[in-house]
Amino acid sequence: MARQRHWLEHPVTQNFLVPILAVVLSFSVGAIFIAIVGQNPIEVYYVLFSQTLGNEYGIGQLLFKTTPLIFTGLSVAICFKAGLFNIGAEGQLQIGAFLTALVGMYTFGVPAYLEVPLLILAGMVGGGIWGFIPGYLKAKTGAHEVINTIMLNFVALALVSYFATNLFNVPATVHTPPIAPSGKIPRFDAFLSGFEGSPVNFSIFIAIAACIFVWYYVQRTKLGYELRVVGLNSKAAEYGGISVAKNLILSMTIGGALAGLVGTNYVMGYKYYFEEGFSAETGFMAIAVALLGNNNPFGVILAALLFGMLEYGGLVINTMVPKELVNILQAIVIIFVISSNKIFRKTLNNFLKTRRLSIEQ
Amino acid sequence: MIGQIFSLAFLAQTIRISVPYALASLGGVYSERGGVVNIALEGIILNGAFCTAVGTYYTGSPLVGILCGVAGGLFTALIHAIVSINIKADQIISGIAINLFAVGITKFVLGILFHSSSNSARIRGLPHIYLGFIEHQRDVAHLLGNPMVLGTIAIVIASQVILFKTRFGLRLRSVGENPEAADTVGISVNRYRYYGVLISGALAGLAGAWLAFDQHSFTDGMSAGRGYIALAAMIVGKWNPLGAAAACLLFGLAESLQIQSQGGALPTQFIQMIPYVATIVVLAGFIGKAVAPGADGVPYEKEK
Amino acid sequence: MPYAIQLINITKRFARTVANDNVRLAVLDGSIHALVGENGAGKTTLMEVLYGLYQPDSGKIKIHENEVTIRSPHDSIKLGIGMVHQHFMLVPTLTILENIILGAEDAKHGFLNLSRTTSRIAELADSFSLSVPLNERVQDVGVGIQQRVEILKAIYRRADILILDEPTAVLTPQESTQLFGILSELKQQGKTIVLITHKLNEVMAISEHVSVMRKGKIAGELDTAETNPQEIAQLMVGRPVLLKVEKDKSKTGHPVLSVNDLSYVDRRGIAILKDVSLEVSSGEILGIAGIEGNGQTQLVEAITGLLKPTSGTIMLNGINLGDLSVSQIFESGLAHIPEDRIKRGLVVDLPIKENLILGMHTRNEFSSRLSMKLSGIEQNAKLLIEKYDVRPPNPDALARELSGGNQQKVIIARELSRNSKLIVASQPTRGVDIGGTEFIHRTLVSERDNGKAILLISADLTEILSLSDRIAVIYDGRIVKVFSDNKVEESELGLYMTGTKGNGKTAALA
Repeated sequence: MARQRHWLEHPVTQNFLVPILAVVLSFSVGAIFIAIVGQNPIEVYYVLFSQTLGNEYGIGQLLFKTTPLIFTGLSVAICFKAGLFNIGAEGQLQIGAFLTALVGMYTFGVPAYLEVPLLILAGMVGGGIWGFIPGYLKAKTGAHEVINTIMLNFVALALVSYFATNLFNVPATVHTPPIAPSGKIPRFDAFLSGFEGSPVNFSIFIAIAACIFVWYYVQRTKLGYELRVVGLNSKAAEYGGISVAKNLILSMTIGGALAGLVGTNYVMGYKYYFEEGFSAETGFMAIAVALLGNNNPFGVILAALLFGMLEYGGLVINTMVPKELVNILQAIVIIFVISSNKIFRKTLNNFLKTRRLSIEQ
Repeated sequence: MIGQIFSLAFLAQTIRISVPYALASLGGVYSERGGVVNIALEGIILNGAFCTAVGTYYTGSPLVGILCGVAGGLFTALIHAIVSINIKADQIISGIAINLFAVGITKFVLGILFHSSSNSARIRGLPHIYLGFIEHQRDVAHLLGNPMVLGTIAIVIASQVILFKTRFGLRLRSVGENPEAADTVGISVNRYRYYGVLISGALAGLAGAWLAFDQHSFTDGMSAGRGYIALAAMIVGKWNPLGAAAACLLFGLAESLQIQSQGGALPTQFIQMIPYVATIVVLAGFIGKAVAPGADGVPYEKEK
Repeated sequence: MPYAIQLINITKRFARTVANDNVRLAVLDGSIHALVGENGAGKTTLMEVLYGLYQPDSGKIKIHENEVTIRSPHDSIKLGIGMVHQHFMLVPTLTILENIILGAEDAKHGFLNLSRTTSRIAELADSFSLSVPLNERVQDVGVGIQQRVEILKAIYRRADILILDEPTAVLTPQESTQLFGILSELKQQGKTIVLITHKLNEVMAISEHVSVMRKGKIAGELDTAETNPQEIAQLMVGRPVLLKVEKDKSKTGHPVLSVNDLSYVDRRGIAILKDVSLEVSSGEILGIAGIEGNGQTQLVEAITGLLKPTSGTIMLNGINLGDLSVSQIFESGLAHIPEDRIKRGLVVDLPIKENLILGMHTRNEFSSRLSMKLSGIEQNAKLLIEKYDVRPPNPDALARELSGGNQQKVIIARELSRNSKLIVASQPTRGVDIGGTEFIHRTLVSERDNGKAILLISADLTEILSLSDRIAVIYDGRIVKVFSDNKVEESELGLYMTGTKGNGKTAALA
């Protein structure tokens, strides 16, 4: 009794339709806020889009903001696939980026072909450790990863704050000394003059590679299969001889390592040192990115682009409306996505069902 | 004598730090006992502080300010309630979105009302009740005479009674532990969950009011993670009002120790970690297991 | 005699099914009325409509001959209806007292008046011989006590109509006997009782009237005194129940599975399995008969590695399973059709093809050292889908989209494709329609004929009797009897299953 699926019912349609609808709705609500300030929403949005997408400098800024969102969005997404909610990307990226800077400042003279991988690895190890802890606690004691990752964010912030202001800092600053020059990742503007002045650098290709890795890992490898089974039904995993504990720990560690790659963008590609407070809320925004991207690595890229655009866009519209408008937009997108996932899909499916019933009768 | 003043001032400091934690933490207890995880506490505090500052500034009345703060908290919690209880969307993500929203909206309106992106105009503080006999010790008198300090202590004790000795408390706990069971005996799960979330909004709004009065203004991001510390205290206090309040005092004590011993043995950052590390340790079951309410964070779907 | 309950043409639809189709039911005041039917016949839904948990799509309800509208349990409680659900509706962290009064608290200005309530409940408990420790938390007492709490809860709310949904499913036989005592007591005092069950001995023992449901409809109404279990069973199933499975005599070979002195004590310190010993040889089906909750689940979990026994040994093909992991046990020659297919046997949000390799995903056909072999997985799916006639025949369809019978086919296809020496089949036809059941039965018998050793655990006596070559009866964690053939009367089995015969003694290994 196989029945035909209506195109509206197809998961792909729903996975695209819901996020797009949520974004459109949130921009509509945002328009109300803009109007309250006495500005013309269309003008503001025109500036927002034209200044971010209309020239290479804007695109460069946008991509620079996008890179860390891809890393952290992937981090949240892969954990989600294992049934875990990683709210700890912020802490993981802090520890990872700090470790990148730390290793970088002590490895002068190492050739670039070793130094770059070494620093990338350092970031992954740092983030990985910070992901491992809540994964281990979840697997061994059942302690909820949501609370633990939140708490570990603050522990990480305090730790790197101590290191970056007391122990490893350049005196009277809150940043570390620079990393070895061989560990630098080149910026776009070194090759393409159009990007002149924008901080976008080649770490975005590491981010894209990470997306491909995550996709391959989850969908095509043996471990990825196990991870999905654990995430969807841990009882069935147990029954099939798949270790739930191992996969919980592994996915949190990989998630942490991905978040730890954020340092490639900032430490290796932009400032060449670690600075306290360099990442504002990226780890939290990552949840929105993963959510909007439906926990799909390629969806994550699209969502990260949107959020990256909003983050940079706040600055370009700041003369017309307070730049915090974008925070409001981001929050509304999130609320709409989680709500419409429930409401929209339910109504749509009900609609289709009644339609089908009436056809059958 | 000096030692006494020092220690009284120290106590005053501790309480001053602990009050907003305790209020928000109690809010968390009500919400989660009813089965709704409330990570939005942080945003509620922020909105509460903002509304208090605005209300006090425009009316000149701290009382109106407090009411505005509570209203702001209630409104913010209402969003969380609608998303979590009616729409049954993910409560954790809803909380995170609300926190983000609060950061945005407060700064956005700050810019419009006060033409500043960082702080409001100065507001009056909360008048304190005159206590003649200790008036020579300013810190202590201000503290004991502060209606919000007294109010907080009263709320802590009342909450313990309400949760465990009243009909309301029994029903609230039942919808948080096993909503299906509550439903089958005719208790409206949604209504009690609303009560829990809204009370948490009012209390966390009060916590925000305290912050605004304490600093005589609203400054951007002034909740500064207090909502998360409150959450930590709630867990360390095992979802009990008295326990949560005690944990808040403990966290407050650590913080004032740190202020007291500036540049002392332990770096600031390590003191800051205490609440978070304590929570992780308690959750892992190293010091008696902390068990969350059975249906905490799980939307109640009636028809299977 | 007046009616306590009249349900008139009740219809209740869910998304995919019609749970109650124009159902009429009338229950006499002060009687015990049994509502019987197979799983999924719509008994529970009907009673939940009466209790206000569901709104009927159409139909009328009369209570004590007055037409009423019941929108929620709140309304039904006011009308004097109480329901004891199959899964207890208790709040584990609250005390028994708090659970009883919940929603009907005696309070002054909102403050609970516990002392007055305590004495009132103690009195009530006394008069119905329902003693319970009022100040203990529900999570700390056993299921028997919990059930009494549920009954007290209803009586405390002045219920005079009491609905019990499969009340004995979780009880030991002793507890069941006590429960029936309590029910008779309640009836003596004028209460009306509706008993939902599928156990015919209970119907015969305690009810005065029986309504039989089948596929959402009332299939018959009978006076207990004027009927017999065969007639009721026939109405339940809709045709003569003698499910004959065509099979030859077994050609028993060497032992494949031997379990020796297996014991298991759970975390609360309760002994669940007590010195269980059994042996299954190639070419035979050993059926384990027993009332659910007598240790069958744990026995299966111990054999399949999901649970660590407290003591005893399990040998499979001569290998001690003692410290092996689940996947190692599978590799040693196990196939396992689990008792709960949705919870354990399937990942409903994965496609059929990925469900068909669960537990075998590390095999060379399906994966190399790192990656999955997509073509191997696809081919395997196509092959098994065709062989077992899974519908829809689409390897990419999610398991969620299949009917219960087809989901079970996926599991059976996967487990039999392991080509293992031992097949542990736990409730293999639960919730599967007649056609599917016959297919599964034929498949199991043909596996037996291929020399497999099969351990069959089923709550369905007909299934046990028609498939098994030997039958072991489990009661209270012990194997109390082993029959060396299946030529045994259902009633004889029943005596062992309820502990009436062979009580307390472990049967010698046959």
